[in-house]
Amino acid sequence: MDTNDSLRVASLWHSMHAISQQLSPTVGCLGIELLEADTFDLHCFQSLTGTKFFVVCEPGTQHMEGLLKVIYELYTDYVLKNPFYEMEMPIRCELFDINLSQAIQKDRVALLGR
Amino acid sequence: MQFFGGSDISPSPPAPTASGNNAHMMYVFNRNGVCFLYREWNRPLHTLNAQQDHKLMFGLLFSLKSLTAKMDPTSMDKGNLGVPQLPGQGCSFHSFRTNTYKLSFMETPSGIKIILITHPKTGDLRESLKYIYNLYVEYVVKNPIYTPGAPIRCELFNTSLDQYVRSIS
Repeated sequence: MDTNDSLRVASLWHSMHAISQQLSPTVGCLGIELLEADTFDLHCFQSLTGTKFFVVCEPGTQHMEGLLKVIYELYTDYVLKNPFYEMEMPIRCELFDINLSQAIQKDRVALLGR
Repeated sequence: MQFFGGSDISPSPPAPTASGNNAHMMYVFNRNGVCFLYREWNRPLHTLNAQQDHKLMFGLLFSLKSLTAKMDPTSMDKGNLGVPQLPGQGCSFHSFRTNTYKLSFMETPSGIKIILITHPKTGDLRESLKYIYNLYVEYVVKNPIYTPGAPIRCELFNTSLDQYVRSIS
């Protein structure tokens, strides 16, 4: 997927998230958390400010909510607290990238150990 | 005693009761996007009128399907986002979950879409949807006075559907 495609997918997801709240049978719906497709699972975490984080994983993978919270923490620590980062701009922070890949690696090891 | 226990921001709906009042509603669409069956068992919140609600649901499923077809990490040649796809073509999805409900989705080769909305804690319902499709074939398609495409008004289908849905836990 190129940049345009990811922008299109992101905007599509944004509206699907909003529509799923409208169709809820009960009050207090906060949008899609998990989408189970034939070949992958998509976990979505929305922060209180509306930033959405996705993890795409193998079908049936557990404990992805925890990973998403860790990634959110990394985002607040290494991106939002970075004085050179401008809001709403693409993230180009080396420390964030390093820590992100470490977190993913750690999760993979934990998954193998489980 | 815990005073500030609830760190959960979202109030989760009450757990399903033993009597199986678990399903909220069900939609069946044909391949043209016409809703020819809508059943409602437990739906306290109505945000839209029925027709708009059906349209929105069909649009949601259509878009989610094109999204999953585009995001599929296992195939290389994927078309453009939003191009209509035949039933069975491209990567589809079978359910999604929010904090208040779970939507299970099945599309048959003839393009009929069966959608069941249940409590978020419900397990995998793919087999149940197949069973409901069987009920549809047995009681609706094989009904000699039923004209294809018309809204379903078959008493036997409705009663057996109600009975089956109540048994899903």
